[in-house]
Amino acid sequence: MPEQTTATRRPIRLTINGAERVVDAETRATLLDTLRDDLGLTGAKLGCDMGQCGACTVLVDGEAMYSCLLLTVEQEGRAITTIEGLAANGELDPIQQAIIAHDALQCGFCTPGQALAMRALFDRTPHPTDDEIDRALSGNLCRCGAYAKLRTAARSLAGR
Amino acid sequence: MPIRIVTTHLEFEGQVYEQRVVLEGDEPAVWDADAKLGVVGQPVPRVDGRERVTGGAQFTYDVALPGMLIAVGLRSPHPHARVASVNAARAEVAPGVRAVYTRFNTEGLINPNGERPIFAEEVVYQGQEVAVVLAETRQQAIDALRLIAVEYEPLPFVVDPEAALAVEAPHVQTTRENNSIGEDWPKIYERGDVEKGFAEADVIAETRFTTEAALHNSMETHGGVASWDGHTLTLWSSTQNIYGARQQVAAALGLHQNQVHVIKRYLGGGFGSKFDAHNSGLLAAWAAYHLGRPVKYMLSREEENLAAGNRPPSVQTYRIGAKRDGALTAIELRAVGNVGAFGGWFSPVSLPAKEMYLCPNVRATDAPARTNLGTQGSFRAPGVVEGIAGLEVALDNLARELALDPLELRRKNYAPSYQIIEKPYAVKTLREAYDRGAERIGWATRDAEERRYPRGRDSSLRRGVGMASQFWGGDGGPPAQAIAKLLPDGSAVIVTGTQDLGTGTRTVLAQIAAEELGLPLAAVRVELGETEFGVFSPPSGGSMTLASVGPAVRMAAAGARREAMEIVSHLAEAPIDALDVRDGVILNRETGKEMGSLGSFLGQLEGHEVTARGMRGPNAEEVIVRTFGTQFAEVEVDIATGQVRVLRVVAAHDCGRIVNPLTFSSQMEGGIIQGIGMALFEQRIVDERLGVSVNPNFGDYKVPTIRDVPEIEIITVGQPNPFANTLGALGAGEPPIIPTPGAIANAFAHAVGRAPHGLPLTPDRVLALLAE
Repeated sequence: MPEQTTATRRPIRLTINGAERVVDAETRATLLDTLRDDLGLTGAKLGCDMGQCGACTVLVDGEAMYSCLLLTVEQEGRAITTIEGLAANGELDPIQQAIIAHDALQCGFCTPGQALAMRALFDRTPHPTDDEIDRALSGNLCRCGAYAKLRTAARSLAGR
Repeated sequence: MPIRIVTTHLEFEGQVYEQRVVLEGDEPAVWDADAKLGVVGQPVPRVDGRERVTGGAQFTYDVALPGMLIAVGLRSPHPHARVASVNAARAEVAPGVRAVYTRFNTEGLINPNGERPIFAEEVVYQGQEVAVVLAETRQQAIDALRLIAVEYEPLPFVVDPEAALAVEAPHVQTTRENNSIGEDWPKIYERGDVEKGFAEADVIAETRFTTEAALHNSMETHGGVASWDGHTLTLWSSTQNIYGARQQVAAALGLHQNQVHVIKRYLGGGFGSKFDAHNSGLLAAWAAYHLGRPVKYMLSREEENLAAGNRPPSVQTYRIGAKRDGALTAIELRAVGNVGAFGGWFSPVSLPAKEMYLCPNVRATDAPARTNLGTQGSFRAPGVVEGIAGLEVALDNLARELALDPLELRRKNYAPSYQIIEKPYAVKTLREAYDRGAERIGWATRDAEERRYPRGRDSSLRRGVGMASQFWGGDGGPPAQAIAKLLPDGSAVIVTGTQDLGTGTRTVLAQIAAEELGLPLAAVRVELGETEFGVFSPPSGGSMTLASVGPAVRMAAAGARREAMEIVSHLAEAPIDALDVRDGVILNRETGKEMGSLGSFLGQLEGHEVTARGMRGPNAEEVIVRTFGTQFAEVEVDIATGQVRVLRVVAAHDCGRIVNPLTFSSQMEGGIIQGIGMALFEQRIVDERLGVSVNPNFGDYKVPTIRDVPEIEIITVGQPNPFANTLGALGAGEPPIIPTPGAIANAFAHAVGRAPHGLPLTPDRVLALLAE
């Protein structure tokens, strides 16, 4: 049984939704902890705390990542986009608009992660096939079952 | 306005309750099939979609208050043990720790229903609370948890329900005489003469069918955030029942109900598991009250899967007798259920055998057993999902023995009226659902060679088509209240105390109010999820929210409109009958001339808000109101690997009037997808030697992902149901999950020519079945 340790902290420089921030991160803190507890960005959710559900998905240098599996102290200099940063100047991202228009959400708890996983997909593949859509979103669980409409929303964005 | 007290019947999760309710005034006339409606019936996107896609939606889990402590739980690793001692001395002085609660310092802390201490001397399932640590940060609480030393004295346990019912079985709880859930169990239902029925039968088919424990796994776990300011205890609760939670917290802390304020802004799923404040919410409230600091206790995923309910496993044994032409002569069912440590009630697994098909002679036994596992909780059409799966598989087995088409067998035994008590169904459109679903799935060609063997007989791929059906309530009932307010600018606020689980409640209520008020949807705001500012609404479950709260909203809106039109009539010096309001504009009915906006009239008055109250009226007593539906599934089985894929589901359902076809289809798809999970993947796996669950996480308990989702076609059958309520609408939350597992099981049997013995159809089970 490990003894109680004194937490150590380290300043980490991050770009969060376009703005440079320095956070005083406990060495064991995950990026999800930092976003939620230190920066008040609660759009990313903790659904499992072990990289199995995708509710904590954020973009790290443009790639969709599970923030519950990343230590903040290892993110020095990285650019993080959370759901709060997806809309620009109050204008919803086309992905957010498509999710609303096609009702590709129910309770909305997993929606921030779904939206960011979709953003990463379209950034690298503007016209994904159904299989590419399914693969890109297969790491984001939705217990309400909005999957069929997430597919429809993604197809509409792919121009289909 | 004078009130009256009325006795009415409410069906909730398969049980009928008689209850006395207060009513006042008269509801508006039913919107029948001919009603000309503009906003109701439109596929409008959710009114709160923006909050849900931007991270702006505040879930209970997102609530953060200044000075808030974080609670983390320590739970029993044993299925049954005496907690001899808990040494928390080192944890109590660990950095950041403000309190450690155990059974030794929480006298009077009882569970939400007031039945037993939250921290017990005798723990009776893996995952039962032993201690809770409260610290400044979550990490500090987790660190301190490891410093608590618990001395357990293990006790004999039982996890198999049939073993638990045996006389010599270990007692799940040493203080109880046996493992029954109560003196009146097992319950035996009988009608007609089953022995005579079997004697008359030409064929008797026997089926044993099992279903496993399915875990709700709402993405947001159970829990609460509580704060006590010396006068008011505020609890943000992840609950489907804010008024129930208020009553429980007030009772637990000895407060007046007016000192407890329960808030549920956004809920990350519930599916029936969140009908109270939960032990976690009550613990947060208790700690906040005693420590004077805000407290947050949200369960971890593992705690959620051990201690927050489940769809209990069932073992169903059927004997079904029929004449050569398929007419049923007798149904006998024994359903053994595994309801876990505290039991409570047993979901009605036997209900389908009693109601779904026409049969004069039925004997159905529900025999639930307590075991040393996490207690069951209602889960989206509890009992009936697994009961339909068993019955529909048994019926297909009968069809095979009779060499009859499965759909023809069901048509032959169509139940025209309710058989449990002699009452007619208000509306039953299941034949139309059969016809339309069968056409879309291509039932007539289901046996075609190229369809059964898409890559030829040499390939290991087999395809099959199967079907199953559903009945369920969904007409809701009183009590449910709403207030409609028209503000001086002509905009409206609708106040309710209901909960939106993600079903779209806020949106459909706004549509109903906009329709009745003659306002554009954007001019209506719906409040819900707060006890202090809301008015009573029932728990959101049992597919009853729309059908209960919707009519109350409509009545309140009608009252507000009436008063507003009286005001306009005075100010415009025009007879009230000559006035109409559409899209927020006052019109002269005869000339169609626009007279100005509603706000231009109401704004002329000094400080007046039009306010009216609405109440859901009593249910129809002379008929049984049901949703009906049928689903057809096409599956592909790889007989080499045992893998099963669902290719297509056609779902034809009657839920009365569809207020919003967009959110309705989301509900349908969501239910079907959960049903696919139950059919193919989902099961709590228990190590019977140790009495513990080995997969309380998303890695080992597989829920469907987007890649498991087939093409889904939704067919809306039926018309506004005039017996249901003034909307003609029925709930759509539970109906869609009911037929899915049974339809998939029957499609599987069609594909491989062998009926499954149970669900889920995991590859290991499939290969074992094929090897028999």
